[in-house]
Amino acid sequence: MTDMVARADLQRTAAAAGTDAEARPVFIEERRWLGITGSGWQKIVAPLVIGLLALGLWEFVVRHAGIPAYILPGPWLILRTLVADWGTLSGSLWITLEITGLALVAAVLLGGLLSILFTQSKWLELSLFPYAIILQVTPIVAIAPLIIIWVDNTLLSLLICAWIVAFFPILSNTILGLNSADHNLISLFQLYGASRWQMLRYLRLPAALPYFLGGLRISGGLALIGAVVAEFVAGSGGTASGLAFRILEAGYQLKIPRMFAALVLVSASGIVIFLVLSLISHLLLRGWHESAVQREN
Amino acid sequence: MAIAVDTAARFSTSASAGRPVVELRGVTKRYSNGTIAVTGVDLDLRSGEFVSLLGPSGCGKTTALRMIAGLGEVSAGRIDWPTSAHDWRGQPLRDVGFVFQEATLMPWATALQNVLLPLRLKRIPPREAAERAEAALAAVGLEGFRHAYPRELSGGMKMRVSIARALVTEPKILLMDEPFAALDEITRQKLNDDLLALWAKDRFTVVFVTHSVFESVYLSERIVVMAARPGRVIADLKTSAPFPRDASFRTSPDYAAACRVVSAKLLEAIAA
Repeated sequence: MTDMVARADLQRTAAAAGTDAEARPVFIEERRWLGITGSGWQKIVAPLVIGLLALGLWEFVVRHAGIPAYILPGPWLILRTLVADWGTLSGSLWITLEITGLALVAAVLLGGLLSILFTQSKWLELSLFPYAIILQVTPIVAIAPLIIIWVDNTLLSLLICAWIVAFFPILSNTILGLNSADHNLISLFQLYGASRWQMLRYLRLPAALPYFLGGLRISGGLALIGAVVAEFVAGSGGTASGLAFRILEAGYQLKIPRMFAALVLVSASGIVIFLVLSLISHLLLRGWHESAVQREN
Repeated sequence: MAIAVDTAARFSTSASAGRPVVELRGVTKRYSNGTIAVTGVDLDLRSGEFVSLLGPSGCGKTTALRMIAGLGEVSAGRIDWPTSAHDWRGQPLRDVGFVFQEATLMPWATALQNVLLPLRLKRIPPREAAERAEAALAAVGLEGFRHAYPRELSGGMKMRVSIARALVTEPKILLMDEPFAALDEITRQKLNDDLLALWAKDRFTVVFVTHSVFESVYLSERIVVMAARPGRVIADLKTSAPFPRDASFRTSPDYAAACRVVSAKLLEAIAA
């Protein structure tokens, strides 16, 4: 509302200001249906149509060629299995999401904190950054068994695995962002005798925000992958079993439709995580960052 | 009203009585790769003066400006602030505003927040800071754009915000590093006039770096011509055309004559 007032304010004074206000850039404002713009609907509808067509074709082929369900179940069967087994699957979904979410939070906290420390002290960065890279390039599948042996608590060991995969993009992107503040702005801060804290708070952190958010979107997907991979390696059953274990279990028991149902949930989780993080990114950058606006040429 | 342009190295007028705000004595800047950016610069900047530093690229005018601001150490010589207070280490409390070649605004902050920055860094109480920032924005004609982000403003408007930010602390000296070089001619002339109006009102000292003869003649009372390789001062010219100056000055014979003299000096600087 205040935004609207401010904008009207802008329009009114543009002519009166006597500045080169007419030369201001023009931004694209599109008509909205149900809060979504025309191009927004295109983005939703086009892939949806393709998806439905592909599912229809799949169902048709499976039925027409009489492919047995233990080789390839049709989408309709998968959906029915998903509903029928929801009790077990939803519990597992919740556990996988819990590990993913906690790993992502830990990645944000530790990745963010480490990147700030690294940019404050060259020595700290020089001595520790190589180990962060080693942690990143070593395949998680190779270290997961060790971590699972060392850490008694299964949930905690899975969490550590997911965190190892997720934290590096946040760390490296945020370091890049913290170091990419405009050097003239840095000069300006020095000119006014800004303290280290003021430089961080008012300049480096805001400058790093778009980079951090870019890293966060990558890390969101990686945290899920890390959680699933670690659980595959752990292969543990019991009450605290995530979706990966359900997939393994269904494979052993040749319950292929259930395997697919669990797979659908993993993919859906990944998509939802990506969308939520994209939305957060858009909300934080809208207003000022070039990635969040469309210019009219 | 004849405009006299003479090559007086020292001059005194009633307006510049008293000690200079800044004194440069034998100032030399040598970079670690051995390049000598400027050498042996002697310069007095007097209170309320509008001085242009004019010269070809590479003559060290930007380097000199940054050293006056305290951005970058002096390799040899000294820069004194005789009328300013000094901190416990004997460092002068430089009271400057700086305008860069680009507007150099924080893209995540609105026009008002950008102007507030120096006050915030100096820990001025928020209420007073807000009032002063609003006033500074109004002084550059942007009171209606306080909540606009830099990307919503045109090039000239961004530069105005930058000037408001430099003036919001009411500095003794306004240092400007080719501030209007990236703007179109019409916008540049408008901003030149607005800058002169602000200067006429508050009479801060201006050091204006430019490579444009016309701009330097139009704006300044005094033009310091510099030569490159190594960067040094080769002439200290005084223009005596009265203020306020406006569009009619641009077409006057006096203006043309002054431009001719300054151009000749600049050619000397380039040939030197």
